[in-house]
Amino acid sequence: MNTMKAENLDVSIAPIPADLTKIAVKNLDFFYDKTKTLKSVSVAFARNQVTALIGPSGCGKSTLLRTLNRMYALYPGQRAEGEILMDGENLLSPRMDLAKLRSRIGMVFQKPTPFPMSVYDNVAFGVRLYENLSKSEMDERVEESLRRAALWDEVKDKLHASGLGLSGGQQQRLCVARGVAVRPEVLLLDEPTSALDPISSARLEETVSQLKTDHTIVIVTHNLGQAARISDYTGFMYLGEMVEFGPTDQIFTRPATPRTSDYITGRFG
Amino acid sequence: MTGAAKTSEARVVRRRITNIAFQAFCILVTAIALIALAAILWSLLTQGIGGLDLAVFTLSTPAPGSPGGLANAIVGSIMMCVLAMIIAVVMGILAGTWLAEYAGGSRYGSVVRFINDVLLSAPSILVGLFVYTLLVAPFRGFSGLAGAVALALIAIPVITRTTEDVLSLQPKTLREAGVALGAPYSFVIRTVLWRSAGAGMITGGLLAFARISGETAPLLFTALNNQFFSVDLTKPTANLPVVIFQYALSAYDDWRRLAWAGALLIAAAVLGVTILARAVAKEPSRS
Repeated sequence: MNTMKAENLDVSIAPIPADLTKIAVKNLDFFYDKTKTLKSVSVAFARNQVTALIGPSGCGKSTLLRTLNRMYALYPGQRAEGEILMDGENLLSPRMDLAKLRSRIGMVFQKPTPFPMSVYDNVAFGVRLYENLSKSEMDERVEESLRRAALWDEVKDKLHASGLGLSGGQQQRLCVARGVAVRPEVLLLDEPTSALDPISSARLEETVSQLKTDHTIVIVTHNLGQAARISDYTGFMYLGEMVEFGPTDQIFTRPATPRTSDYITGRFG
Repeated sequence: MTGAAKTSEARVVRRRITNIAFQAFCILVTAIALIALAAILWSLLTQGIGGLDLAVFTLSTPAPGSPGGLANAIVGSIMMCVLAMIIAVVMGILAGTWLAEYAGGSRYGSVVRFINDVLLSAPSILVGLFVYTLLVAPFRGFSGLAGAVALALIAIPVITRTTEDVLSLQPKTLREAGVALGAPYSFVIRTVLWRSAGAGMITGGLLAFARISGETAPLLFTALNNQFFSVDLTKPTANLPVVIFQYALSAYDDWRRLAWAGALLIAAAVLGVTILARAVAKEPSRS
């Protein structure tokens, strides 16, 4: 299953068959001004699967995530080189319409980011940008999205109260609902549970596992247990390199490289 | 051993005394400021309330000894302040938004930011002179319009600065979260950031309004004054600050009484608008 790159025995990247691939990253370099923070990363994300990115702080996993929806483009001085193909289309192409791209690739952040408006309007925010739904269609979409984020039962009586009034865990699931409401093909999660208590985290993990039926999911996490629990594939990154990538059970039980093994057994990081 | 214990005991006592002294000092200074404020408001209230009657609102400024009020000055002040605030809110919010969201650390942005800070503390009489040469001298006439522009020029830097400040306080992830849903950046600014920063921006507007509502110097060179009731802003326009200035320095008791009443009115207006806007801008309830 694992194919070792002949020129570098320290790296092991399992390929994903082309017909199962949603996003293929090829030789991706990333620069913050002149500092190179991603070094020729090549990896594929499988369709309708959860892929976890793990690694110590500063290894580039969040950076990799932020290249996928080109969030870095907000900041002058940050740039990516290489190819990111989603269904064959190069996301790094300068002709790419970024707003449209981001409506196809949703993102949930480390800290909950509810907008200062009602729960309902939070969920409807992205939908209103791209779809012209009637009142009843929108009601349905909002309910469906909140249900999929496992939040509906807790907020159905206060849809028109401010989203800022929810608890941290509820706010984070609101952000998930807001993200899935626009029906993106891919959902990026950047340490979504790091600011949550254990019970809220468990809820969110459950949500993520259910969402993969409709979305391809990439999640960055510091929590190895979480990666093991919810992901199908895991990539271990270190110092801007993708060190090892493969099926999650294999990474956690039979890692192919010593660096991965050291990290998951807690010897560093 | 006991020596060391004593030393640390002494330190604790000394620290406690320092703490109490510092707190007492803070309270004292706050009290001095509050007493001064209360004294001003008290004399304003006691001296002004006597001059307030219906005639103040219905009659125009009188000749000494004849009955009169402040109607022309009140209406003139309201017109000029409202017009000035409309100009200043639009320009100030747009400029502040540009500085916070688009200018970043660019050279042009730094220059604009620096100039705005200079304008923020520019003597208002200079603003009056500037508008005089721009809008009064060429048209050979004082006008309420020129007065409004002068007031706007004083308000713009205040609004620009507070808008930039409160927008900069909004978390980066809030912007990213909006953009991540596929919204264009300008849309995120208008629908998310302005709303999130709304209370602070309104406070900035209020500061600006409070600032201009009592400004006299810039109006002396622009709107001047008008003894008669007029709503024509192309003509010299009566206004409370200039009337107060003239009447308070006069030798006539009835004029001085009107000056006090006018001063009370301005203070009451600023207070009223502040309370109103606070209520409107109240953050959404967190229940």
